[in-house]
Amino acid sequence: MTLRTSQWVGLSLLLGLLLFSLLGITLSPYSISQQDLNAILVPPNSDHWLGTDHFGRSMLSRMAHAIGLSFALGILCVVTSAFLGAALGVTAVWAGKRVDQALAIVVNILLALPGLVIVLLFAAIAPGSFWVLYIAISLVQWVEYFRVTRAITQGVIQSPARQSSNMMGFGIWYQFRRHIWPAIAPSVFTLAAFGGANAILTMASLGFVYVGIQPPLAELGLMAVELFPFYSEAPWLLAQPLVVIALMVFGFHLLAGKRA
Amino acid sequence: MKALLLKRLLQLITVVWGVGTLTFVLMRSLPGDMAYRIAASRYGQDNVNSEAAALVREELGLNQHPLEAYWHWLTDLLQFNLGNSMVSGLPVIESVQHMLGHSMLLAFAGLMVSILIAIPLGLLSAWRGNPLDSVLMGLSSAIRAIPVFVIGVLFVLLFALHWGWFPVAGYGSFAHLVLPSVTLALSLAAVSNRVVRDAAKQTFRAAFYQFSKVKGLSAWQTFHRHGVRNIAVPVVAFFGIQLVSMIEGIVMIESLFSWPGIGHGLAHAIFARDIPVIQGAALAMGVVFVVLNTLVDLLCLWIDPRGVEQ
Repeated sequence: MTLRTSQWVGLSLLLGLLLFSLLGITLSPYSISQQDLNAILVPPNSDHWLGTDHFGRSMLSRMAHAIGLSFALGILCVVTSAFLGAALGVTAVWAGKRVDQALAIVVNILLALPGLVIVLLFAAIAPGSFWVLYIAISLVQWVEYFRVTRAITQGVIQSPARQSSNMMGFGIWYQFRRHIWPAIAPSVFTLAAFGGANAILTMASLGFVYVGIQPPLAELGLMAVELFPFYSEAPWLLAQPLVVIALMVFGFHLLAGKRA
Repeated sequence: MKALLLKRLLQLITVVWGVGTLTFVLMRSLPGDMAYRIAASRYGQDNVNSEAAALVREELGLNQHPLEAYWHWLTDLLQFNLGNSMVSGLPVIESVQHMLGHSMLLAFAGLMVSILIAIPLGLLSAWRGNPLDSVLMGLSSAIRAIPVFVIGVLFVLLFALHWGWFPVAGYGSFAHLVLPSVTLALSLAAVSNRVVRDAAKQTFRAAFYQFSKVKGLSAWQTFHRHGVRNIAVPVVAFFGIQLVSMIEGIVMIESLFSWPGIGHGLAHAIFARDIPVIQGAALAMGVVFVVLNTLVDLLCLWIDPRGVEQ
């Protein structure tokens, strides 16, 4: 798959943030919860490159961990929901009417509720749990892949090329790789890029309304609320999580290429 | 159309059952003794003892068999008996009605302002073309990448705290409505101005539009007679879809500005583990979601009867 210039920019932006996160996690001498009450709200300096927060915790460590957490969740959700959605989408067409109808019922139940409400309800079951967030977001997101894959596969299954492939005795896996995957891949890729942005956004939003990941863990949305009271003494602190969230979402949008 | 309404009715039932079951499971699966937790949220962490917990347990009938409790739960729900808040003790249905009204007001104001921004800018982009088009395109992409609550935070910092033009949070007067609705509007308009632009551009290029110019109508007459309605079809449909998807944005904005709407109520209830309120708020959002979806579908069908429902 060849990428356009804007997609390259998006990819480099995301890789840059990932690199920052990995380097920060491995190289920073401070942990995310290590407090130094003698050095609170310190502006960026040679000890603390991004300054310290209201408990004297190193912002570099916290930002690196928060970005890592966001990427981990985003990528996990994208991989899970894309795999699940695409696999079920193809299965729905291939396995016949019964399976298709059964899946349609499940999809209708999920579509009946706004995604964020489902995620909020799950978040209420186990507040602050990364895995519950992951399950909830993936549960909401796979439907999109399912619908798109199913629609495209329906066309491909009927195509003369796929049918002759079938009659020549090629296996299911070969047919999938040769005919179906090339047809669905571009759409799955675009959905995945938007899905990554949405997963990160959802996590930050939950953190922002205080029902996501709990302190003292570092999470971008949570950091935004925690640092909000210090906007006038230390605007550079509040700016960090806000700018990074926007950059991550922007990166994924650029990577997706097409418009939403 | 009948099939559509039937499908939506089915969806409505699914919402009620889904939210009901999920909140029931939620209630049962929270760690710790429920009675203690409720007592803690009612009387404060320091005043909890086994006596208070026993009182709560007795009052809420927490000793029932799970299946029996589930049955009670669902039948209550079907009668719209949402119970009382575990924290305040007030009937949930009343607070849901109160919150829904505030959310509707905010959503409506947000959508209106976004229309006021998106339509002129979209038409301008389509009409003037580059370089204005590219500038606006870049601006919309940038605003779209900024989460709605970040826009809100920036607005609070600038217009409320720095310049003090508007109140920081709360509700009651027109001034309180300005910042939250403009925040919502900005993030909505960043997407919809592109939709307006695309629809307008397509219409301007169409053969019938060019022809009406050729036959001697002025630019304004052409636009008035042949432009407006054709551009409106996709645009109105999209505004409808945005209204539905706004449910997500409104949770954030209400929390940020302490707007007493349904999203704020839901987030608050989750934080306080107030399950009847969680259930009521989630239910209201789900029902609004289905009803709005249905209205949007009907509206689209009415504007453009060619688009047959699948």
